[in-house]
Amino acid sequence: MLKKRIIPCLDIKDGTTVKGVNFINIINAGDPVELAKRYVDEGADELVFLDITATVEKRKTLAMLVSKIAKEINIPFTVGGGIQSWEDAAILIKAGADKISINSAAVRNLELINEIASVFGRQCVVVAIDAKFKHGNYIVYLNGGRTETDIDAIDWAIKAEKAGAGEILLTSMDADGTKNGFELELTRRVCESVNIPVIASGGAGKDEHFKDVFLKTTASGALAASIFHFNEIPIPELKNYLKQKKIPVR
Amino acid sequence: MIAIVKYNAGNITSVKNAVERLGYQCIVTDDSETLKNASKVIFPGVGEAGFAMKYLKSKNLDIVIKSLKQPVLGICLGLQLLCSSSEESNTECLGVFDADVKLFPKNEIIPHMGWNSIESLDSEVFNNISENSNVYFVHSYYAELCANTIAICNYILPFSASMQKDNFYATQFHPKKSAEIGEKILKNFLKL
Repeated sequence: MLKKRIIPCLDIKDGTTVKGVNFINIINAGDPVELAKRYVDEGADELVFLDITATVEKRKTLAMLVSKIAKEINIPFTVGGGIQSWEDAAILIKAGADKISINSAAVRNLELINEIASVFGRQCVVVAIDAKFKHGNYIVYLNGGRTETDIDAIDWAIKAEKAGAGEILLTSMDADGTKNGFELELTRRVCESVNIPVIASGGAGKDEHFKDVFLKTTASGALAASIFHFNEIPIPELKNYLKQKKIPVR
Repeated sequence: MIAIVKYNAGNITSVKNAVERLGYQCIVTDDSETLKNASKVIFPGVGEAGFAMKYLKSKNLDIVIKSLKQPVLGICLGLQLLCSSSEESNTECLGVFDADVKLFPKNEIIPHMGWNSIESLDSEVFNNISENSNVYFVHSYYAELCANTIAICNYILPFSASMQKDNFYATQFHPKKSAEIGEKILKNFLKL
């Protein structure tokens, strides 16, 4: 049986790992390569590295970090943040990233999804969606949550799948940083609307939150950052807990 | 020397990293002579079947790969290209394994992505690997079960997680991304 994935996310800025609370107020949580190795040992199923301040000048540094990570770890990992073009994606994939995650650039240029998918395969294109509940709908935000759009998150997920996305990384900006649990309604609605895997993100604070997202939605994986970084929820304990709840995990 | 077949699709870096982590030297090449003279050949690949076959043909690698005598390991798309045909772009493949590659039924979550268990393990590459071990899969097309199947995985339906015929071995999953289980399988192959 296919297992539900537990995915630690490492937010990277200038080569170190950070975590934003509601996308502001950043605190240092360590060296990304060391942290990545720790997660592999603990039984993480995949890793996501998000370069939150990726700029053109920083891109080379990121590619170097990606190649260092690829040498050290033996589970799949996704790299995202600031990917604007096919070239940006290609550099990271060639450096050893298994998947790349695109967000704002895909909204601005839908064709980018297909450009990357047609060369590297759709399985390596993750479309990241940051959504916030507003006026009765889930609205897409861009640029790390700073720019509001008028795009409906569910419509966008469907469009991204059609364009060639292999996976959706869905972050609820309302839940992110709160530790009050994943946004189940948003996650359920996106999962019901697409036939590609959906990773739920934002809001994990307790073991039960992972149980809820797996029992109440069809999310394929759940992503969290700070609770893993600071060892508030050790991954082996979380997995034991989920096994007891009859949720298939590795 | 271990040779990794270089072609236009996919993440070959991760295969190279994995082989080197196990302490072996390897070379990524599309040169026929180097491939023929290697002690083992790894045929990896993530990407589109039609696109990949065209490239292999343009470099004459289709003939070279089929005629290899040393142990060969196809990974992911590599497994599919070693089959008879693929529904992906209606591609005629290398025909080493007697199976066709099909698209998973629509209206299910595709790709099959993540950790899944493998069973009915029947090959020396699975020495010291327990039944129902979890390995990492990412694919939308699958090889049918056939006489060459040496491991079965279930997703929507049972399919060939691994295949073998003579000196040709292949895994649909990614040993290089399957943590310590994957490293053991890769090591078993490299020790053949």
